[in-house]
Amino acid sequence: MIEIHNLTKKFEQFTAVDNLSFTVKEGEVLGFLGPNGAGKSTTMKIITGFLSPTEGTVTIDGHDIGKQPIAAKSLLGYLPEGAPSYGDMTTLEFLRFIAAVRGFSGAELEQRVKRVVAQVELQSVSQQTIDTLSKGFKRRVGLAQAIMHDPKVLILDEPTDGLDPNQKHHVRQLIKNLARDKIVIISTHILEEVTAVCTRAIIISNGRIVADGTPAELESRSRYHHAVSVRLNSQYDLAADLSGVASIAAVEKNPEEELSYTILATDGAPIFSQVSEIAQARHWPVTEFHVNRGQLEDVFRKVTQSAQGGV
Amino acid sequence: MGNLGIIFKRELVSYFATPLAYVFIVIFLISNGIFTFDLGGFYARGQADLLPFFSFHPWLYLFMVPAIAMTLWADERKTGTIELLLTLPVTLGDAILGKFLAAWALTGLALLLTFPIWITVNYLGDPDNGVIFAAYLGSWFMAGGFLAIGACMSASTKNSVIAFILTVSICFLFVIMGSPILLDAFPDWVPQGIVDAFSAMGFLTHFDSIAKGVLDIRDILFFGVFIAAWLGASAIVIEIRKAN
Repeated sequence: MIEIHNLTKKFEQFTAVDNLSFTVKEGEVLGFLGPNGAGKSTTMKIITGFLSPTEGTVTIDGHDIGKQPIAAKSLLGYLPEGAPSYGDMTTLEFLRFIAAVRGFSGAELEQRVKRVVAQVELQSVSQQTIDTLSKGFKRRVGLAQAIMHDPKVLILDEPTDGLDPNQKHHVRQLIKNLARDKIVIISTHILEEVTAVCTRAIIISNGRIVADGTPAELESRSRYHHAVSVRLNSQYDLAADLSGVASIAAVEKNPEEELSYTILATDGAPIFSQVSEIAQARHWPVTEFHVNRGQLEDVFRKVTQSAQGGV
Repeated sequence: MGNLGIIFKRELVSYFATPLAYVFIVIFLISNGIFTFDLGGFYARGQADLLPFFSFHPWLYLFMVPAIAMTLWADERKTGTIELLLTLPVTLGDAILGKFLAAWALTGLALLLTFPIWITVNYLGDPDNGVIFAAYLGSWFMAGGFLAIGACMSASTKNSVIAFILTVSICFLFVIMGSPILLDAFPDWVPQGIVDAFSAMGFLTHFDSIAKGVLDIRDILFFGVFIAAWLGASAIVIEIRKAN
């Protein structure tokens, strides 16, 4: 379990992390979201013991990162932002170095290295100098070093940044497979990633938590939660049919697509059956009809912008 | 093998993974040859000792050692690997010492490869090999002093060129501190104690006697404490600067 208590980090005048407290339990995959400069990376650097906080504590399975750094760091696997690694080494040399520092030697070291190379599919570049690798491979090398010791806590700062869609999918699968009985914290600004892999999401802005919940809970805070999307095959005035219904807040025309509308619910209440009854009764020329879960992007904008004073 | 050893090995191997180590050693050996035989008048002196060889070392190290030291931490900070290294279960002390010792071993290796000159002088005459050994040891410790300054300067910046220039400047100061030119420049009203203390910090003060074969344990101790102090300063600099 990771416990974070009243974490504050000040850089001279600027407060990067402002009195942050949260707890992450085994089995949770926490998505750490926020606009650029919100304090995501700084928080991760404090959790991993790279930076020391101005105030507050971080404990990992009971080990305070400030007081027992070695014990705490042994439990952590960390992929820093940009996946730095020693460019003049080959993939294998680098991973062997990491394994040695993690306390492995001899046959076990070789076995560990072999296992992570297979896990993140680095076989084809194992003898290449890291400097010569593509961005995607470099990131995978970074992931490989982070999971070398099968850590209890995995902290990944933008793990899929710069990867192509196939690689992204692969990394997400990998994280999902690793996540059982572990703690995973992922920072990202790709919101689809949160829905894809996370069991919980925290949105921070200006160093404070502005939202905390499961992705579904956060989505339900969206104005598109339970909204019904409709596509028609000919012109029809939906708004006229729906104007009297109390549970319907508004009808929005999709700006990017002809004859496509979104019917918003009042206070996010379910309106699907109601709308579908009306549609059948009035014989709407419908080709597509579905319920929205809500848009994380919408919630993200709402909570981070109101925190910044509603820009 | 402890983490200190693992880091030491990684650093040392990485010097030889790029041409850096080879270039360093070759230039070191060529410069030593020029200084000793051309400028030092090795043959003309007609004496079987290595004084002309060793007395140029402070000036040779002044430019050679900062070149090795400049990347020690600056590159780690520039590429972000410092974040990787310091979030592994290693202590800052292991990291600082491992890196320093690797660089020091490289200068030691370069120094060892000057052995033909030792063979030459033994072939030509009958030198006091105890004196030569002492001078080698002293020279290596002095290189360590330069290196420790360089480690600290390298920790203070992401730019290795800036680290190089800073290191050369500060090393130059420590080299000339004990020289008569600088000591004579003190006005008369400065107490003798301060002038002496200033002179005692100079590399030449300690190295000149070593080069002549007087291996005083205090001179070696001076360099030992000097190295420890600058490495301690590096730890503080890394702590302060790593967030930037």
